[in-house]
Amino acid sequence: MAATPMNQLSALVNNMFATGLLDEQFQQLQMLQDASAPDFVSEVVTLFCDDGERIIGELTKLLEKSSVDFDRVDAFVHQLKGSSASVGAQKVKNTCIQFREFCQQKSRDGCLKTLDSVRTEFYDLRSKFQTLLQLERQIQGFYPK
Amino acid sequence: MFYLSALFGTIVISIVRTICKRGKQSNKLCQDEKLLQIPSAKISRKWSKRALLIGVVLGLFSSMCIFSSMYADVVVRRIENLANMCDERARMLQDQFNVSMNHVHALAILVSTFHHGKNPSAIDQKTFEDFTARTTFERPLMSGVAYALKVLHSERERFEQQHGWKIKKMEAGDQSHVHDYNPEKLEPSPIQDEYAPVIFSQETVKHIISVDMMSGKEDHDNILRSRATGKGALTSPFKLLKSNHLGVVLTFTVYKYDLPPNATPEERIHATLGYLGASFDVPSLVDKLLEQLASKQKILVKLYDTTNRTSPINMYGSDFTASGDLHRSYIDFGDPTRKHEMHCRFKHEPPLPWSAITISMAVAIIVLLVGQIIYATLNSLEEAEDNYRAMLELKGRAEAADVAKSQFLATVSHEIRTPMNGVLGMLQMLMDTELDTTQQDFVVTAQESGKALINLINEVLDLAKIESGRIELETVPFDVRDILDNVVSLFSEKSQAKGIELAVLVSDQVPDVLTGDPWRFRQIITNLVGNSMKFTERGHIFIQVHLVEELKRTKIVFDDISAQNREVTDNPDNTMPCNTLSGLEVADNWKSLENFRMFKFSNDAMDAINLVVTVEDTGIGITKDAQTRIFTPFMQADSSTSRTYGGTGIGLSITKCLVELMGGEIGFTSKPGVGSTFSFTAIFKENRRSPGDIKRYHSEPTPSDFQGMRALIIDGRCARAEITMYHVRRLGIWCDLAATSESAFSSLLEACNSSSPNLVFVDKDVWGEGSGMALYRSLVDLRLKGTHKSSQAMPKIFLLGSSISPSESDYLRLTGYGDCIRKPLRLSTIAACLRKALGIGVTRQNSRDQSLVLRSVLTGKQILVVDDNAVNRKVAAGALKKYGAIVTCVESGIDAIDMLKPPHTFDACFMDVQMPEMDGFEATRLIRAVEKKINDMIQTGELSAESYRNKANWHVPILAMTADVIQATFEGCMHCGMDGYVSKPFEELQLYSAVAHFLETNATDPSS
Repeated sequence: MAATPMNQLSALVNNMFATGLLDEQFQQLQMLQDASAPDFVSEVVTLFCDDGERIIGELTKLLEKSSVDFDRVDAFVHQLKGSSASVGAQKVKNTCIQFREFCQQKSRDGCLKTLDSVRTEFYDLRSKFQTLLQLERQIQGFYPK
Repeated sequence: MFYLSALFGTIVISIVRTICKRGKQSNKLCQDEKLLQIPSAKISRKWSKRALLIGVVLGLFSSMCIFSSMYADVVVRRIENLANMCDERARMLQDQFNVSMNHVHALAILVSTFHHGKNPSAIDQKTFEDFTARTTFERPLMSGVAYALKVLHSERERFEQQHGWKIKKMEAGDQSHVHDYNPEKLEPSPIQDEYAPVIFSQETVKHIISVDMMSGKEDHDNILRSRATGKGALTSPFKLLKSNHLGVVLTFTVYKYDLPPNATPEERIHATLGYLGASFDVPSLVDKLLEQLASKQKILVKLYDTTNRTSPINMYGSDFTASGDLHRSYIDFGDPTRKHEMHCRFKHEPPLPWSAITISMAVAIIVLLVGQIIYATLNSLEEAEDNYRAMLELKGRAEAADVAKSQFLATVSHEIRTPMNGVLGMLQMLMDTELDTTQQDFVVTAQESGKALINLINEVLDLAKIESGRIELETVPFDVRDILDNVVSLFSEKSQAKGIELAVLVSDQVPDVLTGDPWRFRQIITNLVGNSMKFTERGHIFIQVHLVEELKRTKIVFDDISAQNREVTDNPDNTMPCNTLSGLEVADNWKSLENFRMFKFSNDAMDAINLVVTVEDTGIGITKDAQTRIFTPFMQADSSTSRTYGGTGIGLSITKCLVELMGGEIGFTSKPGVGSTFSFTAIFKENRRSPGDIKRYHSEPTPSDFQGMRALIIDGRCARAEITMYHVRRLGIWCDLAATSESAFSSLLEACNSSSPNLVFVDKDVWGEGSGMALYRSLVDLRLKGTHKSSQAMPKIFLLGSSISPSESDYLRLTGYGDCIRKPLRLSTIAACLRKALGIGVTRQNSRDQSLVLRSVLTGKQILVVDDNAVNRKVAAGALKKYGAIVTCVESGIDAIDMLKPPHTFDACFMDVQMPEMDGFEATRLIRAVEKKINDMIQTGELSAESYRNKANWHVPILAMTADVIQATFEGCMHCGMDGYVSKPFEELQLYSAVAHFLETNATDPSS
């Protein structure tokens, strides 16, 4: 029974915890999911992914401009930070903290650099989340309510 | 004089009193710093100095007065003395003179009787001589007496013939030859109307026989006066014939017949027969007189004839004029026409009035001394005041510096903390990149250091906060045992790793629920235990909580077993020498307890609960000289300590501050190489209300699960057994104790038969290393061998130990009736273990347990969540829904204002702080403004309360959601009308503490 979706799921989540992608907050999210809210985790994760993608897009646009509006950048990063904190995306959150520091210093190079790492981390996380959601769906398929 | 000294005394007293008053006043002034008016103090001091000067001058003046009055007194007395003496002399002189005069008078009568009354005369010269010579003693002052007959010129010739000599003239002018005075050489008297030739004379003045007394001017006047008055008459002093002494002559007239007292001078002259004269030798008279008197040396006497006022004649006394006081005494020698005076003077100058001088000098010296003393007092007072002022200023500066230091520390620490978080974050990220092992090691080290630094900064911040008095204690109900379980759970990992036995014992006299500040209480204990943990490598750390009163009561017993360290000699097998938890020697605690205030004085507050907490360890101890500075910030026992064990040395000083903040005291006893015991007292209040809303670290176990069970505790060391019993009893389980293996076995056998007790707790090292396990093994062996019938129920046996190997725990589980509980013991672990073993409530998840409380608070509550971030909103809503709340979400502050416009049904609002367009603070401010407006209108009656759900006061609790709990401040939230803050994402504990406060009133019963 090595390759059941359940095991895969737990292996994946464990891996994500081990690599520091996620923190306890995600566990909390998982605990919030129960009979009254069966799709809670997937809903939140989907929201996070969409939101994050949008923000990263916005940020990329903002930072491409010759004169950067750091206040707006900061506001977006703050949003992303908040979202990632809520889902327990630890790495993205930490990078966001760093991002905001660069924003406050109005360092465009720093921002671009951290945006790159945020993007990498975010897409990495998103792909893992997508796998995760897929697995969940499989599990729910196997064990219908 | 008495009056003067009394006056002086009063002056001195009044001065002293004024100064005292001034001193007191200035003291009062100094006490009241704000009223310290330096100018007025100076002025009054100036005035008192002036008063002092005046007082001293007055004193000196009075001493002079004393002198002068005493001197005058002396002078008066001297004059009186002189007068007395002078008068006495004069009187005596007069008396003597009178006596002599009387005798002369008698002589006159004798002559009249026997010379003139007899014919022929019975007296001749010879008889007269004899008589007068033999009666000289009667006239001691007289050089001689003589009788002269009145002879008219017509009778001269007959007279001369009859007597055979011529009447001779007295020669007055020849003074130089007085001593060889020869009457033969005298010339016959010139012709005169009458003569008074001497016919009889005393032997001594025989030379004047035949001399005419009328021829001498003095004698002539005298005779005439005497004849006219019939009384004795005195001449003025003149040099007597022959003797050449100054003298006076007294003349009595002899009459023919006794004349009546009122006879006219003519009748008297007519009746005159003769004259009796007597010469007084005044100097010898006076000398003789003075000879008889005492103290003749002291005074100088002069006798004057003052008949002629302008030129008194000196009758006696040397001519030199002695200065000094003079006294005149008048002498009456019986002749009214003559006046005499006696002048007396002291021979010597008056002696200095020593008594007056000494007394006045003494007074003056006393005055000066008193003045000096008062002056010195004033000066020292002034100096003291100056010093006081200087000290006050210095104190103010020192305090200001202290406050500045604390503020600086607080500010700097805070400022350091923020970037440090960034550093730590970056380090964390760095660790995730691909690093080789060396780099990894460096980064780990850096992160460790960073964490240590953050820790230190937090401590410094704490200390600064305490020192600047910004820490306020909370008063919330809490469970002491729960707090202690929490502390134990914090350190359980470490104690297991180090192999130290960590245990807690709370006396059953301590109430379940107290009111106070649990976090600070926990911090104190955590600090102490952390400290002990750091310095202890073997043995135990034992936390005990007792009531002060309880320890006081059992003091005697306590003293008795303060021989905890007493060797247990009756059991030779026991390798552990002492009767303590781990059997190692500990520092005796009672010594430090005795010094506590609470042990000396009883606290009479009604519901005050005075706790004594002792943390006992068997660590390295503290050296004697380090003990004095252990509570000083940044001072560790010695510098080598920080190298060996790390740490900042700030923990204990924070602990001390906190303990003092809670009204307690902290103390310790330590023996190097043996261990230290820290004790502190703390004052809490007993919570008399229902303990429903206590904040707990661990959910309360359902006691009913184990209620009424019986447990057998097997332990050879009673200190350890007591702890086990404490924990087991908390579950509502009855406990029996078996201390020896024999009693344990017999109890166990009994248990198998009667199925009571249900549980057995055995310490792993019950009678020595591993003996607990051995006991279990032997029990299992017995059972396998079939000695016990397998049908009989075997009680569950729990092995207690801080380190239990997996093989041992597998063995326990496999045998079926055993399990292990890892030390340190705490309620939740025991309860969980018992449940698992007994199959009670297995399905219930621990996390469920914890969230139960929150659920009870939040169930059915309408909550509005305001957040612009969709993910956050979702998560927050999900979390709150999980606790049974009915959640509504909005995206912006503006929407929130609409939703929260009264009337509404929301019980609380969670508001994100940082939102675009309108942030949480702004939104809250606006919501509060709307609420206020409506409340006012309801109050004034402009709006009917019915349409606002009968609520007169709308105030929806608004809690800020913030990602940065450290930065968030309660004051900041309160400032804009918020009621608190919660962390984002939610942390159960934090969420509960924030929410419970607002929702508790209508959420006591979640089931309803």
